[in-house]
Amino acid sequence: MDPIHIEGLTFAYGEGELRRPVLRDVSLTVHAGEVVLLTGPSGSGKTTLLTLIGALRGMQDGSCRVLGRELLGASERDRVVLRRSIGFIFQNHNLLGFLTARQNVAMSLEMDLATTESERLDRAGAMLASVGLAGHEDKPPSKLSGGQRQRVAIARALVGGPGLVLADEPTAALDKVSGGEVAHLLRDIAKSRGTPILMVTHDPRILDIADRVITMEDGRIVAGEMAHAGVGGVSPLQATPPKA
Amino acid sequence: MNVMTKTALLPWAPEKTGEAPQADAAPAPVARPGLVALLWLPTRLAWRQLRAERARLFSAIAGVMFAAVLVFMQLGFRSALFDSATRLLSNMQAEIFLMNPLTTASFRPEPLPRVRAHQALALPEVAQAVPVYLAQSTWRNPDDGSRRAIQMIGFDVEAGAMHFEGLDAIAPALRRVDAVGFDVRSRPEFGDVARLYAERGPFEVQVGNRMVQMAGVVSIGPSFGADGNLVMNEVNFRRMVRERQASNTDLVAIRLRPGTDIASAQQRLREILPQDVVVLTHAELVAHERMYWETATPIGFIFAFGSVMGLIVGMVIVYQILFSDIANHLREYATLKAIGYSNFYLARVVMAAALILAVIGFLPGAALSTWLYGVVADATFLPLAMTVERATMVFGLIFGMCAAAGLLAMRKLRDASPADMF
Repeated sequence: MDPIHIEGLTFAYGEGELRRPVLRDVSLTVHAGEVVLLTGPSGSGKTTLLTLIGALRGMQDGSCRVLGRELLGASERDRVVLRRSIGFIFQNHNLLGFLTARQNVAMSLEMDLATTESERLDRAGAMLASVGLAGHEDKPPSKLSGGQRQRVAIARALVGGPGLVLADEPTAALDKVSGGEVAHLLRDIAKSRGTPILMVTHDPRILDIADRVITMEDGRIVAGEMAHAGVGGVSPLQATPPKA
Repeated sequence: MNVMTKTALLPWAPEKTGEAPQADAAPAPVARPGLVALLWLPTRLAWRQLRAERARLFSAIAGVMFAAVLVFMQLGFRSALFDSATRLLSNMQAEIFLMNPLTTASFRPEPLPRVRAHQALALPEVAQAVPVYLAQSTWRNPDDGSRRAIQMIGFDVEAGAMHFEGLDAIAPALRRVDAVGFDVRSRPEFGDVARLYAERGPFEVQVGNRMVQMAGVVSIGPSFGADGNLVMNEVNFRRMVRERQASNTDLVAIRLRPGTDIASAQQRLREILPQDVVVLTHAELVAHERMYWETATPIGFIFAFGSVMGLIVGMVIVYQILFSDIANHLREYATLKAIGYSNFYLARVVMAAALILAVIGFLPGAALSTWLYGVVADATFLPLAMTVERATMVFGLIFGMCAAAGLLAMRKLRDASPADMF
């Protein structure tokens, strides 16, 4: 089964007169191991779509299966549990300023109480090394550069071995060089682990990391194109066109 | 459940994608997370967060400390005032007392028949039964001539039934006509009697309208009803207080033979004595006096009110600190929620922060209060001291105060909405 399978998803903010639809009958599938970029003008609904897939928001209508879980009607508790197997990367790093890089990364593992403290710190250290931050483990975020902080955020998203990574403009706050580095790093690690990525971005410089770029406009998916061939025998995806 | 926790599996493994058999998808009875980890991890996070901002941490500690000191002082004053109110009776050393049931406080005694003292002697276990006379009069300050109300206590000073500190040494002197013993712990407004006595030996003073001889000093201490005390022999008391019936007394102090069970003696006295007296143990007599001050005056209420004000101020301070800690870290808290931390976990972090503040604010507060008790006791002659019971009680109050502040601050966690993070 695909990590993300959406059919007929409709979502609106507000009530009654003020009701403002932001997603209209969206259907989308992301296959295992695929890197999908979601672009489009602001207000096109892509961020809302990302929060719905990330189980950060309650569903209203349609079907959204993420990692095999139907989110329509899912309880808060179910959604909290599902989030633990999704890696989130935000526009801002949102690291806890009072923790070191290693402790920040280990926070992702603390919900799994079966792990021990040393296990968590070891895994966090190894993850930081694989994003190229060996030697920076014990620095607080304030002692790291913007690109380094975003790498810590990537390490935090990936250390738990998530089944899916959701990213919202992870390079927007970075300059061109470090933005490109961060995007490629994220892609490379995800690919090596076979983790699918759904990334909202406006940044044309990083479109080359995508297997597929989907464009949204006015709450609908208007175009889905293959950037290049799918990986690992994954069947080519298609963004299901809006039904009406 | 285990679908989400088997992180070592490849992302497309059936367990991850939901293709695993249904039975396997049900919450497996994995080892329950230890209670220690459940509480320790949020507590550690709370401490790391508090520790990161020194200035805010110190203002929080100062706030809790302030509340603790305020409550300590209020409760300390309250108990010191009650203790001092009952000091005269506390210092009377006898096992059982007879009192008129209508007596509300020792400074305003109702008389009881003196013959009850003799009746009490009928019991073989009663060694002595001594009438005690209480009255208020005025004392002319030998230094500057001002007059001030003073409590007079008259009893047979040589019988040994009643005892005050220093009484034994001056008991023979008090047998002389119109001799009185002055309480050196009386308030200073009565004049520096101790110094005059040391310089001149016995000297004449005016009590009421009578010149009497200051024949020695004892140590009792002022109480609510009386700023100072005068001790004298029964006969001298009757000379100085004319308008009383000789057949009446105010209190009967009873000493039992050594080894007598006080409760059973009390019971037997009740059986043989008429209903116009109550038979009280020493503790009951003190409690009766204390009850008067607690219920008939606003003292108890005033200090309870002061304590509550202190707790409210402390709670507001702690709430402010916790609230701004959450508000300043709203994005980080929302991120934690996004990566799977529950509201309940974050609530425990806030609660742990509140309780950490309770502990590290209380300790210096208790130390400061102990020191202040000494300072205030020296200045006011009030019996103020730190006790384990009071420290325990104040810690409980501070703990509750911080917990309440934590509960209030938790509401702010709702604003940490992970959906608004993108």
